Amino acid sequence: MHNLSIAELSAGLREKKFSSRELTEHYLKRIKAHDGELNSFITVTEERALKHAEAADARIARDDATLLTGIPLAQKDIFCTLGVRTSCASKMLDSFISPYDATIVQKLHVDAGMVMLGKCNMDEFAMGSSNETSFYGPVKNPWDTTRVPGGSSGGSVAAVAAGLAPVATATDTGGSIRQPAALCGLTGIKPTYGRVSRFGMIAFASSLDQAGVVARSAEDAAHVLQAMSGFDPLDSTSVERPVDDLLSGLNHSIKGLKIGLPKEYFAEGLAPSSRVKIEAAIKTLEGLGAIISEISLPNSPLSVPTYYVVAPAEASSNLARFDGVRYGHRAEGVKTLEQLYKKSRGEGFGAEVQRRIMIGTYVLSHGYYDAYYLQAQKVRKLIYEDFGRAFESVDLVLGPTATDVAFPLGSKTDDPVAMYLNDIYTIAANLAGIPAMSLNCGFADGLPVGLQLMGNFFSEAKLLNVAHQFQQVTDFHKQMPKAFS
Amino acid sequence: MSLSPENIKQVAHLARLELSADQVGPYAEQLSNIMQLVDQLSGARTEGVTPMAHPLAMHQRLRPDAVTEPNRREAFQAIAPEVDEGVYLVPKVIE
Repeated sequence: MHNLSIAELSAGLREKKFSSRELTEHYLKRIKAHDGELNSFITVTEERALKHAEAADARIARDDATLLTGIPLAQKDIFCTLGVRTSCASKMLDSFISPYDATIVQKLHVDAGMVMLGKCNMDEFAMGSSNETSFYGPVKNPWDTTRVPGGSSGGSVAAVAAGLAPVATATDTGGSIRQPAALCGLTGIKPTYGRVSRFGMIAFASSLDQAGVVARSAEDAAHVLQAMSGFDPLDSTSVERPVDDLLSGLNHSIKGLKIGLPKEYFAEGLAPSSRVKIEAAIKTLEGLGAIISEISLPNSPLSVPTYYVVAPAEASSNLARFDGVRYGHRAEGVKTLEQLYKKSRGEGFGAEVQRRIMIGTYVLSHGYYDAYYLQAQKVRKLIYEDFGRAFESVDLVLGPTATDVAFPLGSKTDDPVAMYLNDIYTIAANLAGIPAMSLNCGFADGLPVGLQLMGNFFSEAKLLNVAHQFQQVTDFHKQMPKAFS
Repeated sequence: MSLSPENIKQVAHLARLELSADQVGPYAEQLSNIMQLVDQLSGARTEGVTPMAHPLAMHQRLRPDAVTEPNRREAFQAIAPEVDEGVYLVPKVIE
């Protein structure tokens, strides 16, 4: 059953080949059998899942179901789930039981009737590119368990790639959906900023954070993204605009579609074995009628330094709420309020989170604000304008998602800058706010290579259409790691 | 820009983070490396560029000034580390 698409699972439920309860039990069994090795879940919500599966079966029986009703899903542990621990992979929130649901949790589970299997591991507060900063330990890549799954949505991708969940939610602040999707061979999409509600999604960098999906195909991703998207009055940056139909255009021909290859994304730094696969994918798209041309995003080399000012600055402000008073970790044995703050935060946050809080505090502090924060916001504008110019001549921008395939666990943990450079191809889309996705375009030494597509604002349907067309003539997305197939 | 151990202690104080003595040295080195990466920004030509704070050219949405949230005081206090008779407890602030 774990090889079937969401549409096939949904048909199976309707045709009574299996019930949602049986389907849910199948995935829970797989989680029990395999997750000891992968560590992709922080919390498995077995009892609740079975109860919701039975409710979904009842909905299907009385013909009150959507296509997604009864389909299991894993939630990244950054989304607040009423009555269920929401840890953000931090000691700070290890005992935090959320008193409310995130809007997307409401939409997917209450409205659409999907069944939550549990909460997925991630980098602490989504800060990381390897899922090694989690308080709950690293996640392993199902394709090679000595390697990282990517991050920060490492648990979400490992669970889906190993067939422990048909689909999972994820979030992307600088590449946290796309880079792990690339490293685990999945299809992951980060929609336009403001398309999916951020209400109840624990904030990291609010002008960059956006929720999305990791799935086994563009079609699966389209089904779930469709149900997650939409205006939310509870999120002040939610966009008041109808959601496009992401499914009806999947089968459109891409003949005549203009795709730009930014020369900066194909410069030195891209591993030759990955480059070969990206180039082959470009040929495949050309075969489907796409028109390829070279473009330039001249300011993109500055996206990593820009991000490491903007994101930590926003994080230092967002994470000020964790003070040991209202919820979360509280230190023992302190005599003053200032000590309570300092010791609770010193004990509750891991090293990477502390580094980013300090960087953010530093670049916002008196005397440095103009030189760093204001300058970064200006460069952010230049990066945004690069895309505006590009989309005057092309429909989509294509490049690699990551510089190389998954790297060994522990190989970059002592060098934050080396870790940050993992996101060199993904950060620009967050800075600009545009939608972007990654899909598997082949394997190098048995490890998946990710192809990235970036589109103009609100072009999710077009991105998914191109990915779906690519997946109609290739079968990379259907491969599963042998140890988990 | 390189950060000294003294800079780290000052920034940690501003961010209300208690660091142990053996954390300060490695943080100084790591943050100096990160700021070296960030220093690439100083070479960018940004004269006359408007700073971009947000990806969407949107105005802050307003809503009617009406109470919409139910009172969930008990649910919120149930997850607090220390409360007493409806108030959050902290160490004594005023002698």
